[in-house]
Amino acid sequence: MKLGYYPGCSSAGTAKEFDTSLKEVFSVLQVDLEELKDWSCCGATSAHVTSHLLSVALPARNLLLAKKQGFEDLLAPCAACYSRLVSSQREMKLDESVRMKVEDLLEEKVTNGLEIINLIQIFNKIGLDKIKEKKQVDISKLKVACYYGCLLVRPVEVALADDMENPDSMEAIVKAAGGKTIDWNFKTECCGAAHSIAHTNIVEKLSKKIIDNAEKHGADVIVVACPMCHSNLDMRQLNIIKDFKDHKPIPILYLSQLIGLSMGIDEKKLGFDAHYISPKPLLEKMRAVEIKVGGAK
Amino acid sequence: MKNLNTKDFKKKLVAITSQDPALCYQCGKCSAGCPVREFAEAPPNRIVRYVQLGEYEMAMSSPTIWLCAGCQTCTSRCPQEFDLAKFMDAVRELALIYGAVSGDKKSEDFHKAFLNQIKNFGRAYEIGMLIDYKLKSKDFMQDMDLAPKTLLKGKLGLLPHIVKGNKQIKKMFKKTGEEKK
Repeated sequence: MKLGYYPGCSSAGTAKEFDTSLKEVFSVLQVDLEELKDWSCCGATSAHVTSHLLSVALPARNLLLAKKQGFEDLLAPCAACYSRLVSSQREMKLDESVRMKVEDLLEEKVTNGLEIINLIQIFNKIGLDKIKEKKQVDISKLKVACYYGCLLVRPVEVALADDMENPDSMEAIVKAAGGKTIDWNFKTECCGAAHSIAHTNIVEKLSKKIIDNAEKHGADVIVVACPMCHSNLDMRQLNIIKDFKDHKPIPILYLSQLIGLSMGIDEKKLGFDAHYISPKPLLEKMRAVEIKVGGAK
Repeated sequence: MKNLNTKDFKKKLVAITSQDPALCYQCGKCSAGCPVREFAEAPPNRIVRYVQLGEYEMAMSSPTIWLCAGCQTCTSRCPQEFDLAKFMDAVRELALIYGAVSGDKKSEDFHKAFLNQIKNFGRAYEIGMLIDYKLKSKDFMQDMDLAPKTLLKGKLGLLPHIVKGNKQIKKMFKKTGEEKK
C-alpha cells in the first residue's frame, strides 16, 4: 500500500517526537510512508476562526497535491490536520458553491475521493494482531489513560466511527500492545487547544481538570494522538506544577511512543527526552516489571 | 462600526453556515457542555440569541466568540443539529469584516500572527509566529522562562521551511482578502 504522509507543521517543531516515533513504529510494522511533496499548512484553528473560505482552500491545496502525486490514502497523524482535511473535502463535496470558490482560489479543478486517515484508523488498518505480534517488552504494569480530546471524536460526520462521548478505539490499540487501560471521565474533554499562547490560564485550568481526573482513576501515563493536546498537557503541566504544590506530575506520551515502547524501540529514538514532564518514572516502573518477569522464568 | 447592514450580515452568516440561526430554541445544552463557559461573560447560546434578535453588534463584540476553542461539543450535542461551532466561526469572521470592537484582542492577535506565517512561508513557522504575536500583543515576558528549555529540546525550528508553492498560497490569501471588501 502506497501511503501518503501529511506530517503537519508541528512535526518540525513542538511535536517532532510524534513524527520520529511514528516513523520508528511504522518501520517495525513494515509500512512505507511517503511524504506528500511540498505540502502546506492546513490552516489549523486560525484559518477556520477567521475565514471560512481559507479554511476550506488551504487543506484543498494539499488534497489536490495528494491526488496529483498518485495517493489514494493520506495519513494525517495530527488530529487537527486530520479534521481540517476531512472537513474541507466534505464541504466541497456537499456544497458546490464552496467548491467553485475554492477552485477559483486554487485556479485548478479539485477532485474528490481521497481517503484521509488518522492515527487510530491507521493502526486499525494495519491490524491490531500485527501490533500484538511485534510486542517485545511487557508494558502491562503501566496504567494508561487514553485521551482523545476533541477532534478525534467530534464532529461525528468528520471524526472516528466511535462513540462520541465514550470512545474506546484507542484503548483497543493500547491493549493490543499489552498496556492496561483505565476507565475515566475526561477522555473527550477539551484541553483549551489553540488558547495555549493567548489564554494560558484557560489551558492550565482545563488541562489540570483532565490530568487530575486521570490521576484520580489511577493513571501512570496519559496517551494522546494530537500535538496540541500533548503540548497543553505536557508543557503547560509546568504551569500547574508551579501553581499547585501538591500536583503529582503525570507523563504524557504519544500513542506511537507507547507502542514503540512495547516493541522494544530505544527510548531515545522515540524522543522521550523531548518532553517537559519526564517519562522516566514510567520506564522505571516498567523495568522493575521486566526484572520480575525475567526472574520467574 | 463600518457599514453594518443588517440584511447583509444575515445573508453572509447564512452563506457561511448554511443554517438559519432561528433553528436554535435556546435549550442551553451547548452552554452546559461548553469547556470555556466558566471563562466567558456570555454563554454560547446567548450569542445565538443576540443574532436571533438582530443585536449583531453585541454578538460580534462579545469575548465569547473568541474564547470558543472550537471543541465541537456544542455542535455534537445540539438536539436541533445546529452547528454552533461553525456559527461561532462565522460570527468571528464577520466581526473582522465589519471591524467590530474586539471582545478579545489577544486571541485575534494570535490568529493573525499564525496566519501571517502561512501567508509568508506556506507553513506555520513557530518562532516567527511567537515574535509576531509578541509584537502585536506587547506581552513580551510571557513564556520567556520556557524559551531556553524549548530550544534545547530542539522543539522550535530556527529557520522557516518555505513551501515551493508559496506564491500560490500568497495569492490565495490576497484573493480571499479582496472578496471580503
